[in-house]
Amino acid sequence: MAAVQETIEQVRGIDVDQYRYGFETLIESDKAPKGLSEETVKFISEKKNEPAWMLQWRLEAYRRWLTMTEPTWARVDYPRIDFQDLYYYAAPKPKKTVSSLDEIDPEILKTYEKLGIPLREVAMLEGVEPKPGEEDPARRKIAVDAVFDSVSVATTFKAELKKAGVIFMPISEAIREHPELVQKYLGSVVPTSDNFYATLNSAVFSDGSFVYVPPGVRCPMELSTYFRINERNTGQFERTLIIADKGAYVSYLEGCTAPQRDENQLHAAVVELVALDDAEIKYSTVQNWYPGNSEGKGGIYNFVTKRGDCRGANSKISWTQVETGSAITWKYPSCILRGDNSRGEFYSIAISNGYQQVDSGTKMIHLGKNTTSRIISKGIAAGKSQNTYRGLVTAHRKALGARNFTACDSLLIGDKCGAHTVPYIEAKNSSATFEHEATTSKISEDVLFYCIQRGLSQEEAVGLVVNGFVKDVLQQLPMEFAVEAQKLISISLEGSVG
Amino acid sequence: MTALLDIRGLKAEIDGRQILNGLDLAVNKGEIHAIMGPNGAGKSTLSYVLSGKPGYEITGGEVFFNGEDLLAMDPDERAAKGLFLAFQYPLEIPGVATLTFLRTALNAQRKKRGEEELSSPDVLKRVRELAKQLSIDPEMLKRPLNVGFSGGEKKRNETLQMALLEPKLCVLDETDSGLDIDALRIVADGVNRLRAADRGMIVITHYQRLLDYIVPDVVHVLAAGRIVKTGGKDLALELEATGYAQYQSEAA
Amino acid sequence: MNAEVRSVKTAAEIGFADLFAAARESLPGGDKIEAVRRDAFDRFAAQGLPHSRTEAWRYTDLRRLLRDAKPLAPRSDAAARSVAREAGAVFAGLGLRRLLIVDGAFAPELSDLAGLEPGVVVRATVEALGADEMVLPLDMAGGDPVAALNTALAADGVMITVAPGVVVERPIHLVFVTTGGTPAATFTRSRLELGSGAVLTLVETHEGPDQSDYQVNVALQVDVGDRARLDHVKITGEGAAALHISTLEASTGAGASYRDFGFTIGGAVVRNQLFVKLAGEGAIADVYQGSLLAGRQHADTTLVVDHVAAGSQSREVFKAVVDDEARAVFQGRITVQPGAQQTDARMMARALLLSDEAVANCKPELEIFADDVQCGHGTTTGALDDQLKFYLMARGIPEKEAEALLIQAFVGEVIDAVARDDLREALTQVMLNWLKERD
Repeated sequence: MAAVQETIEQVRGIDVDQYRYGFETLIESDKAPKGLSEETVKFISEKKNEPAWMLQWRLEAYRRWLTMTEPTWARVDYPRIDFQDLYYYAAPKPKKTVSSLDEIDPEILKTYEKLGIPLREVAMLEGVEPKPGEEDPARRKIAVDAVFDSVSVATTFKAELKKAGVIFMPISEAIREHPELVQKYLGSVVPTSDNFYATLNSAVFSDGSFVYVPPGVRCPMELSTYFRINERNTGQFERTLIIADKGAYVSYLEGCTAPQRDENQLHAAVVELVALDDAEIKYSTVQNWYPGNSEGKGGIYNFVTKRGDCRGANSKISWTQVETGSAITWKYPSCILRGDNSRGEFYSIAISNGYQQVDSGTKMIHLGKNTTSRIISKGIAAGKSQNTYRGLVTAHRKALGARNFTACDSLLIGDKCGAHTVPYIEAKNSSATFEHEATTSKISEDVLFYCIQRGLSQEEAVGLVVNGFVKDVLQQLPMEFAVEAQKLISISLEGSVG
Repeated sequence: MTALLDIRGLKAEIDGRQILNGLDLAVNKGEIHAIMGPNGAGKSTLSYVLSGKPGYEITGGEVFFNGEDLLAMDPDERAAKGLFLAFQYPLEIPGVATLTFLRTALNAQRKKRGEEELSSPDVLKRVRELAKQLSIDPEMLKRPLNVGFSGGEKKRNETLQMALLEPKLCVLDETDSGLDIDALRIVADGVNRLRAADRGMIVITHYQRLLDYIVPDVVHVLAAGRIVKTGGKDLALELEATGYAQYQSEAA
Repeated sequence: MNAEVRSVKTAAEIGFADLFAAARESLPGGDKIEAVRRDAFDRFAAQGLPHSRTEAWRYTDLRRLLRDAKPLAPRSDAAARSVAREAGAVFAGLGLRRLLIVDGAFAPELSDLAGLEPGVVVRATVEALGADEMVLPLDMAGGDPVAALNTALAADGVMITVAPGVVVERPIHLVFVTTGGTPAATFTRSRLELGSGAVLTLVETHEGPDQSDYQVNVALQVDVGDRARLDHVKITGEGAAALHISTLEASTGAGASYRDFGFTIGGAVVRNQLFVKLAGEGAIADVYQGSLLAGRQHADTTLVVDHVAAGSQSREVFKAVVDDEARAVFQGRITVQPGAQQTDARMMARALLLSDEAVANCKPELEIFADDVQCGHGTTTGALDDQLKFYLMARGIPEKEAEALLIQAFVGEVIDAVARDDLREALTQVMLNWLKERD
């Protein structure tokens, strides 16, 4: 992600209004007709050359969706979405089947260049201090599966991953090439009937990533997907499925940006993780979609369902998220701790500024014996934003010895914003031990003055204090992501003090 | 010669209370001035007003720093111009490693002065050397700034920052408070190493004890917001013997 | 999660509608009061009984727990009144001023009204309603369907006013008692107004027969004037099969102090909902709640503390001891309104689970719209500390006794919040009796 970091540096200092990824790629695109119907679903399935079972699956979800209503319990407020006024499929018009990078539309490649995504082989990471005991970052590799609007345009590192037996490809390809895996796991964590947006996604998802790590394999590199919404009024409905088979390990990075727009754009992704016995999945997100302008106009609606299933004994799933973008964020990356001794983690930094609304948190559902979970959430509210942590920790009857520790801290910058904490803690057996603590405070004026006396500007001082506040979570990110996230945090708080 | 710091008739108040009441003081390069006075005389206010802490209102007078209007500058600008305040109670910043803080501050100042920013290894090298002189454990540099530090560690850390930032004028606010004699000696040695022909210092203290270690050129008595007496280093000893009572009544 | 259109009503909902239709004519109050009642009932009818998807009632599904609407309790007879004389025994001998509310009706002839302190006025709610006084509308609890039911159906209760500056030494004890016979429902509304600078201790006990599945819906409005101080102690000790729903609204003036202690030990299904508004600058509220639950008891304590004015402070502590298959629920929300700067609010909720079938559900919320605040909450849920228990046993203390000691220490923290020694000792005795019954 070094290149991403460069991008950020280039745009550092730009006014908060000037969303720095706000350029638009002018290419012809292949759209489904506006609106949602069985025809739209069939159109998408046909476009992707999907087998009959997949179409059937989609149609069932679509019919289910028709019976559902939008959830209203989150602390977010937005005008009603007209689901018939959206395009559900937009693919860059391919000249022909893409088999190498040279064949990709140069416009698209340029877009990625601006985003700083290293499509071409190894990302050499520069200017990053290695932590003691960590391998030289210059030698670390990241494989990128870039999703441009709805279609995955290129996948790098395929060869090396193939050697290790790791399958990393667009899910549309996996449906054709590995139907047995997809059929077995798709919808097994987030069922098609799960919730309004997940069901919608099941009907119309266009692409996303698929990862399968075979038993005993430690994925030789970090896997990464960069999502980008380009087309006007297209909902983005990615579907990601990651399976770590017995004893496998994989670390997956997800970064998101979208160009500046006046219309609100809907994003309703579904991510499913499955960890079998002794497997571990680490999923990191830096979400930096367009948050809307300083009057609260525009911006992405980010309504996402992410869930991991620790299906096997001793498995582990860890979610780390840095949420700085989107007009509205509605996401609760969760863990179902089914296997005995399994572990779930959720580390989150959610920053809201301007008119952003964040309602995010996690669910830790303890089902197996001696399962453990840990939640560290840092919410920062500035401007006129509302920032809510909402989390559920529950231990069922048979989850003997379940343990959870939760710490939610909120920081308020300015007196026009709100910070809220809504935890649900449900213990259904006496051997469960849950601890939860939460604090809300503001940055001390004295601390700011101390920094300023040492020569920092007001904004630098706020950035420094905030970075200290979120450090516990930043440390959970792979290093190259952490550097990017740290800068993003400072940028997203620009204009918050005055 | 222009004085390094030239305070003329400075008046300041906080929450409507007048604290500084027409204070005059001139400090030249190379000089160490001690400011002594009873509690509530305005000693800490003077340090805050000089460094530009929000909340204080200047109601009269002027302050020139190297001939420039100090009061017109933002606090960070004053720092970049070389004004350093060693806090009586240094603040804690959770999650921010001491070294990170030092590097950020140093480079922020250098950038403002149009100087090249230093690389992390260069900063580390400098900080390590200075830390050694101040008997600061290098491990401490990795810990969050001042969090869980003892009183002595915090004051040594202030001295370390002062040494690293190489200010033109150091204002030491009650640096001796909360220090035992060994810690005091280490801090004083650190300060003395910073004595230089192009640097001035203002040492604010209630007790004479500190001045045994940091020997001043000039001693002022501050009472009721004004300098009421100025003398040589013997004045401090005199004060130790007689106390402040006479000045308090004088000022009133 | 989904907004839904309700078409089917439960038997209890239909029962309440019938109850209201039948009672409307005979309920006290003129046209204005009747309009308030009708409006409140419509609000209840529109929402129906709260259920698991009603966020404020998430863990207490009344559609499931409240199966039928009992008939309104008839005027109590002589036999019932003799039973009532023995009620409130927990605080017997402390010399409290006893005011009896028997089967939902204030009983002045059983109450201790002699020698009321100057400035203290006690009236029956039915009297205020008869005079068409607007005593029924609720503020913070106004949107709650069950509180609305209380507004619609409340027939009596007690109205107390304490004049400004009056310091009442002798605590007032509201003795609510349901007597035997056919299971019935009571709806009472009471109100306390403390003038500025006034001081009072108000004690409430609620009890009834174990054999009857009677229903109690009680509401109390409290207005604590500027610089006034109210200590409120409530014991919910209803009979083993009873349903008890209590709504408390307290509002505090500038510099006022409100201290609330609630103890839930009885009742099959209990919901104590408290709405505390720190409306005046520098007001202080301390809300301490304890629940001791066994068998299949379900007790829900839901607390909303609303910091409206600047410089106010609140402390909320909730402790639950849950044995057998009992369920404890705590929902606590601290709200800091825009402008309520320098708010200092802390909430702690702890549940001790004594059996594998015991359940504790906890939802502590912070809702903060001002930046210069210090707010926090903490919760813990778990079993008794085995190491501590072992330590005590190693010193020769039998297991049950060791547990009792640890439970006592756990609950003691909330009881300690009660200011008066005599009340604290009586409450400690209540806890010890509960522990004894556990053996």
